[in-house]
Amino acid sequence: MTTANALYDVPGPKTRKRHRLYGIASTVVILALLGWILYLLFDTDQFTYTKWMPFEYKGIQELLLRGLGNTLKAFGLAAVLSLALGTLLAVGRLSDHRPVRWLSTVVVEFFRAMPVLVMIFFIFVALKVQPLPALVVGLTLYNGSVLAEVFRSGVNSVERGQREAAFALGMRKVHVMSYVLVPQAVRAMLPAIISQLVVALKDTSLGYLITYEEFLHAGKLIASNLDYDLPFIPVVMVISPIYIGMCMLLSWFAGWVSRREQRSPKTGAVDVAPAEPGTLLPRVQ
Amino acid sequence: MNVLTDNFSTFGDGFLGTVELTVYASVLALVLGFLMASFRVAPVGSLRVFGTVWVTVLRNTPLTLLFFAVLLGLPRFGLVLPFKVFAVLALGCYTSAFICEALRAGINTVPRGQGEAARSLGMSFGQSLGLVVLPQAFRSVIPPVGSALIALAKNSAIAGAFSVTELLGTYRTLSELGYNIVWTFVWIAVGYLIITLAISALFNALERKWGVAR
Repeated sequence: MTTANALYDVPGPKTRKRHRLYGIASTVVILALLGWILYLLFDTDQFTYTKWMPFEYKGIQELLLRGLGNTLKAFGLAAVLSLALGTLLAVGRLSDHRPVRWLSTVVVEFFRAMPVLVMIFFIFVALKVQPLPALVVGLTLYNGSVLAEVFRSGVNSVERGQREAAFALGMRKVHVMSYVLVPQAVRAMLPAIISQLVVALKDTSLGYLITYEEFLHAGKLIASNLDYDLPFIPVVMVISPIYIGMCMLLSWFAGWVSRREQRSPKTGAVDVAPAEPGTLLPRVQ
Repeated sequence: MNVLTDNFSTFGDGFLGTVELTVYASVLALVLGFLMASFRVAPVGSLRVFGTVWVTVLRNTPLTLLFFAVLLGLPRFGLVLPFKVFAVLALGCYTSAFICEALRAGINTVPRGQGEAARSLGMSFGQSLGLVVLPQAFRSVIPPVGSALIALAKNSAIAGAFSVTELLGTYRTLSELGYNIVWTFVWIAVGYLIITLAISALFNALERKWGVAR
C-alpha cells in the first residue's frame, strides 16, 4: 500500500473522524445494496423448498459431480496439451532457421488474435468434431499460443551474460537452452504460466455453448426442470461459488509462487513475471 | 468468395452488432473500472474492500457463467431488458475488473515523489490524484487498457451464442441457407481481425501521441 501512502498524509484526528464517517456511510450503502438483493431473492421466492429440493437427490448430485469431473477433465487435457504446444511454438519462435521462426510467428499471432470461441465453433461445426475434442483443441490452440509468447519472453528476459557465458564455455545452443536459459526462465515465468492456466480453466465453460456436458451444462439441465419450479437462481448460487472458488484457488497459487520466486536467489538473473492473465494480441506497442 | 458477396447484409449486421457491443461495453467497462480503481486506492476502508471483492470475484468468474447468470437470471427478478443490454452489462462488468487492475498498476508506476510533492503543496487527495498522479498514470496505462479492450472485443463472441445479433452468430443463418461453412468462418475470422486490429491501431496512435518516452 505504498501508493496509498503517497496519495494522502497520515491522517490527523479530524480527518480520521471524517474518514470514519465516510466509512460508515459507504458501509451502510453497501449493506443496503446487499439487503436489497436479499430482499429481491426472498420476494421472488427463491428460497422455497421446491426450488432447493433437487439438490437433495442423489441423481442430481451425481449429475453435478459428473459435470464438474468433465470440466476438470477438459481443463487437464487442455492444460497439458497447451503446455506442450506452447513449448513447441516457443522453440519454433526462438529457432535459428528463418522459415521455422516465420511459420511459428504466424501461427502464434493468428491464434492469439482469434476469439477462442470462434475456433471452438469452427472445429465443432465446420469440422464436425465431438464436443470434448473440439473444446480441448480450441483451448489448446489459443492457450498454447499465449504460453509460447510467455515462454519466449521468459527466455529472452534472462540476463544476456548468462547466455554469453554459456556459449563461451563451448556449449551448443541445445545445451545453453536446456541447462542455462530455460530453467531460469521457467522459474521466473511460473506465475504467468499458472495465470494462463486460470484462463484455460475459465474458458472450459465455453464447452456449455457447444453442448459439452460440463458443470454449467449440468446446472442448466437442473435449472430448466419444471418439476422443481425452474430453480434457476438456486443453481447459479450453487454453481458459481464452486467455479469461482476453483479459479481463485489457482490464482492464489500463482500469486503465492510469484511471491516465493521473488525471494528466491535462483531467479536473480530474471525479472519474475507478475501473476496476471496473459494479455492478448495484437501487441499494443 | 460469393459467400461474402451474396450475404453482405447478414455479415454487415453481424459486424455492426459486434462493433456496437464492443463500443457500449467498453464505455461501461472504462467508467466502472475507473470507479473501482479509485475505490481501491481510497482512504475509506469499506470502499477498498468493495473494490477488492469486485475485482477478485469478476476476474475469477468464467465469462460464460456471468452471461448465463445475467441473461437468464436477472429476468427472474422481473428485470426484463433486451438481450443486447444484458450482454453489454455482463461484458462491461467483466472487463471493468481488468481495466481496474490496469489503472491501479498505472498508478503504481507514478514515482512516489510526485504524490508526496503534490501533498506537500497542500493539495487534497482529490487534487493530487486528479491533477498530478492520474495524468501521469494515464500515459502508462494505454497499452494494458488497449489489450483489455481487445480481449473485450473477442469475448463479445460469447454474446452471439446467447442469441444476440453478432458476427459469430451469422454462421447459423448462413449454414441454414446452405452456404459453405468453412468460407463462412473464414469471413467471420476476417471480421474479428478487422475489429481487433482497428482497436490495436487506435491504441498505437494514442500511445504515440501520449505514451511515455522510455
